Amino acid sequence: MTVKTDVDALTPPHSAFAVENPMKRDDPASVLEPQAGVPGEAPMVRFVGVTKRYGALTVLDELDLDIGRNEKVAIIGPSGSGKSTLLRVLMTLDPLTGGMIEVDGEPLTHMRKNGELVPASPKHLRRVRSKIGMVFQSFNLFPHMTALANTIEAPMQVLGLSRKEATERARDLLSLVGLEDKCNHYPSQLSGGQQQRVAIARALAMRPKVLLFDEVTSALDPELCGEVLNVIRRLGSEHNLTMLMVTHQMGFAREFADRVCFFSQGKIIEQGPPQQFFSAPQHERTQQFLRAVKEAV
Amino acid sequence: MNSFFDLHYAGQILPALLRASIYTIFITLIGFAIALVLGLVLAVLRRSPVKAVSRTVGFIVEFIRSTPLLIQVYVLFYVLPVYGITMSALTAGTVGIALHYACYTSEVYRAGLNGVARGQWEAACALSLSPWRTYRGVILPQAIRPVIPALGNYLVAMFKDTPVLSAITVVELMQQAKNIGSETFRYLEPITLAGIFFLLISVTFAQLVRRLEYGLRLP
Repeated sequence: MTVKTDVDALTPPHSAFAVENPMKRDDPASVLEPQAGVPGEAPMVRFVGVTKRYGALTVLDELDLDIGRNEKVAIIGPSGSGKSTLLRVLMTLDPLTGGMIEVDGEPLTHMRKNGELVPASPKHLRRVRSKIGMVFQSFNLFPHMTALANTIEAPMQVLGLSRKEATERARDLLSLVGLEDKCNHYPSQLSGGQQQRVAIARALAMRPKVLLFDEVTSALDPELCGEVLNVIRRLGSEHNLTMLMVTHQMGFAREFADRVCFFSQGKIIEQGPPQQFFSAPQHERTQQFLRAVKEAV
Repeated sequence: MNSFFDLHYAGQILPALLRASIYTIFITLIGFAIALVLGLVLAVLRRSPVKAVSRTVGFIVEFIRSTPLLIQVYVLFYVLPVYGITMSALTAGTVGIALHYACYTSEVYRAGLNGVARGQWEAACALSLSPWRTYRGVILPQAIRPVIPALGNYLVAMFKDTPVLSAITVVELMQQAKNIGSETFRYLEPITLAGIFFLLISVTFAQLVRRLEYGLRLP
């Protein structure tokens, strides 16, 4: 599977510049360095012409989207519009059909090899995607591990923390989500809202820069949604995290997000700050969707 | 010696049958340990994204599962020496029964692996766990627990298949009973005792497996 992108064209062959001063700013050699993207300047997440097809069905259609550092983006739209797929391809759960994704100034789905972008190796994927965490609609906690064990597994195995250190941090995170007294409970002994909060702590334990929320309250009773949304609210205000959330909770999107993106048929057909987006939607399809949502409440 | 069941005679042959039982248990446990590990390896390889690997493993499993154990141990003991591979009867028998049952257990593991929810793989991926840690820490503990009873079933079945090894001169419990019978022309006592031993040992195995299952259950 070869994915041709515009970026190929932007990266000239290394050899042609070999005689030039290596310290020169625009030397393409520096582009070859993994840290070439200037942190703080490059967007945190960049989708470039991202396309995802399942057979004849196009789920993401040549999507371009930049997400800034610490930006909170809510993604809304009808089901089947590709909004969950956007999170799944970013988390590399599904491979792309075309285009590329950059995270923190570094290609995620591709890597540079001899100055050319080639599809990323599993190792490269694992390294770059450790900057991203994800919380799932169905929690996906490991049922054979306690809340604490769920939270220390990846920090110990992937970040290489000692059990002691991982446990201390996990306890802090579990108390951050209000579950310090549930450390030794198994997922089956917790309510849905509690399980989802453990899942948030587990994702945070990997110190992600980007956190993805895929309809995280959809599987919860209405009265349990609040506790999960409160945790997300606190994370947003107290921590430096870029957040992308697919949600059907329009009220929460309006209050929490910096930007709302409306998806329809694999494209973003309207986006903007929530105030403007919800009070004066421009696109007919958006108006129709928001009307339908309002009627449902 | 004319009574219906001669207890005195039974007592005389008991030590020989006990020794054979222990020998048989030994073959079973070694063979099953190999079958458990090899079966798991086969099951995981069969899920390999590399088609050549998964197809080859699939073919091997189907081939071994679909031919009789008796033929396989014959090949190992009587045919392989022609090609320069010579094993003792015990080794050939243990390897044969282990390979045969590895293919059965690999199917059991496969069922267990298929039963693990997709979300578990995705959560492991989202946490950047390596493939090894994903299997070791997340998938296998969930895949194996529910199939322990099925694996235990194969432990008992394998134990009861050990008489097949008598075909390649392994003197396991059943063969020992037959030997004793042919020496004295009284088969009732040795065969009955062998049957009782098979029963007691099988029930014990089943109990141990049940205890393991109980010990590993989740809250």
